[in-house]
Amino acid sequence: MQQFYYDNKIVKNFLYATIFWGIIGMTVGLMLAFLFIFPSYMEGISWLSFGRLRPLHTNAVIFAFVGNAIFAGVYYSMQRLLKARMYSDLLSKINFWGWQLIIVSAAITLPLGYTSTKEYAELEWPIDIAITLVWVVFGINMIGTILKRRERHLYVAIWFYLATFVTIAVLHIFNSLALPVSGLKSYSVYAGVQDALVQWWYGHNAVAFFLTTPFLGLMYYFVPKAANRPVYSYKLSIVHFWSLIFIYIWAGPHHLLYSALPDWAQNLGVVFSIMLLMPSWGGMINGLLTLRGAWDKVRTDPVLKFMVVAITGYGMATFEGPLLSIKSINAIGHYTDWIIAHVHVGALAWNGFLTFGMIYWMVPRIFKTKLYSTKLANTHFWIGTLGIIMYALPMYVAGFTQALMWKEFNPDGTLVYGNFLETVSQIIPMYWMRAIGGSMYIVGAFIMLYNVVKTVKSGSKVEDEHAEAPALSRIKKGRLVGEGWHTWLERKPVQLTILATIAILIGGVVQIVPTIMVKSNIPTISSVKPYTPLELEGRDLYIREGCVGCHSQMIRPFRSEVARYGEYSKAGEFVYDHPFLWGSKRTGPDLHRIGGKYSDSWHLNHMTDPQSTSPGSIMPSYQWIIDDALDASDLERKMRVMVKLGVPYSEEEITNARAHMKEQALKIVDNLYQDPAFAESYEADKKEALANGESFVPMNEREIVALIAYLQRLGTDIKVKDTETE
Amino acid sequence: MGVIYILITVSLFIAIIFLLAFIYAVKKGQYDDAVTPSIRMLFENKSTKNNQKPKSLDK
Repeated sequence: MQQFYYDNKIVKNFLYATIFWGIIGMTVGLMLAFLFIFPSYMEGISWLSFGRLRPLHTNAVIFAFVGNAIFAGVYYSMQRLLKARMYSDLLSKINFWGWQLIIVSAAITLPLGYTSTKEYAELEWPIDIAITLVWVVFGINMIGTILKRRERHLYVAIWFYLATFVTIAVLHIFNSLALPVSGLKSYSVYAGVQDALVQWWYGHNAVAFFLTTPFLGLMYYFVPKAANRPVYSYKLSIVHFWSLIFIYIWAGPHHLLYSALPDWAQNLGVVFSIMLLMPSWGGMINGLLTLRGAWDKVRTDPVLKFMVVAITGYGMATFEGPLLSIKSINAIGHYTDWIIAHVHVGALAWNGFLTFGMIYWMVPRIFKTKLYSTKLANTHFWIGTLGIIMYALPMYVAGFTQALMWKEFNPDGTLVYGNFLETVSQIIPMYWMRAIGGSMYIVGAFIMLYNVVKTVKSGSKVEDEHAEAPALSRIKKGRLVGEGWHTWLERKPVQLTILATIAILIGGVVQIVPTIMVKSNIPTISSVKPYTPLELEGRDLYIREGCVGCHSQMIRPFRSEVARYGEYSKAGEFVYDHPFLWGSKRTGPDLHRIGGKYSDSWHLNHMTDPQSTSPGSIMPSYQWIIDDALDASDLERKMRVMVKLGVPYSEEEITNARAHMKEQALKIVDNLYQDPAFAESYEADKKEALANGESFVPMNEREIVALIAYLQRLGTDIKVKDTETE
Repeated sequence: MGVIYILITVSLFIAIIFLLAFIYAVKKGQYDDAVTPSIRMLFENKSTKNNQKPKSLDK
């Protein structure tokens, strides 16, 4: 018998972090929910605007709340399943503190507008590198523990953890490939359609391998433990694991149905997505049936209650996923709040409730005490469950309502709701209900916080837990004599991981560099030209403000969309778009053909006060863009990076960039002057500033001019008739 | 759409890793017994040391 200790302190740290970041992430979500109802309650505070907070919410919930929950659960269950302490305490600590540091840097940079706009991969390149490093540390620690285990058989949960590690590492690296412009600004190496495909290949697998596989592993550990019943079918769990990981990786294109992505790639995504129903439901049924003969416990034990709702939520979300991947259903659901409902069933029920169940199960154990109040835990359960329902149902209704309104035609062939705003005003009551549902869910989280604090106070200090197990029978000397180098490698966790990482990276670089040069990055529509310097700067403002969070730039080839927005989007129009900005949600209208639709003055007034030009609009005002001077200090460098990525700016264009920028800006200012109201107030401002001796930023040097230039350019390249597409 | 070749390569690469892991697991006899592991995980190796012994928590 060998004596050893389980590391409980690291589990405790991750548990605290889970609760802390969970409440932060949900609160930011609630702030966003209220912005739908009171669009201007954060008037003028740039770092609290919707576009900047939205990525903070998604990142905080996915990587901070769920991420820390994964680590807590993995560090707890893995040691016990393998009958070994974690491989290295130092690596555990680096994993913990490194991850928290990444979260803090995300919480600072995202509100400041440093973003790549690629969903769930918004963080800029230095943080991406840090994520890679910490993730590798986690992997080494995990593989090291597996290699020094005292239990020959690897329980199915461990396999899920391993698949999570391998796949997330590769996905993250390939999707985050970007050329830096400066310390916190970079451009994706992929453009347009290609960028979209890579992004959603990553994006869907972030859902698959960050929100699903690790949690399935946790389900296979904590549900049997909490029910004190073995999993319904261990065989099914093995089939579940292998089939799931083989099918999941190709589902990504279902996020791009009816987009400019080639049809065959879309169909590939559809096929794999529909196949996913089988393994997903296999796992869901396996989880629920684990409770066979223990349903009486569900009546009294809050831990099991949370887990039952979690698994049910998983079942609902994974039924809905394949459903939404069917093209005709996706045509309705895409861009609407239906998707918001879908992801929140997954996040609030599956991830949230399984996490709460785990917390209620682990905290009393590592603090060696009883849960302070089962009653409060039950209260949390009910208020949380009602919160999920109150959140999801209105969002479904909102989604259906809006999609049907978008597509409604009059007998004479015109749109019934030609004004997009009508379709927004209609669903405001749903946004109200959603905010109430979300509030209930957060109240539940606070109840848990109180319960955990009380439990911790009554418990004893967390100590490393003593355990004993026989050593794994050593491999006899004789078997090592003729050992091949690979067998040797398999016994060396660190060497193996380093070599594997290097292999992956070399392979990646070798394949990436040629594709940057490949033909498909070269324009296929002759009238599509690179952005002018001013438009490029404007585009970066669009990126900074997270406009993509509410506005798509991808008109689907439907009669209803062509009638509303104009000609449907073509793949060839996006060849200079590093990154792509197609978006995934239409809280506001699509902007791909906005160029030339309104006057420059309209845009200025709209950005100053959206309700003045569009009564009832729920877009916030962007006063700071109107007032602030444009920082174009990186302009030449930006253009050079673009050249490296295949955008054909000539050397002359780069040297003359500033002159060209000024020229284009002055032209826009001229247009603005045609509005007498503007001319009057602008001149008055100028006079006042001069009189008070304050510095005054001329209009042509302000951010708004660049943004207008970009918006007016959008989708205008192929306005000429009879263009040839690829 | 050149990027699809990268994605296919990378996806196949991951798939092959998984396939090798699967073959390895089967060969190592990981799946010879598909019953006891699910039951074994329910038992904790309780410490025999008195001072460290945690209170019984299971109902």
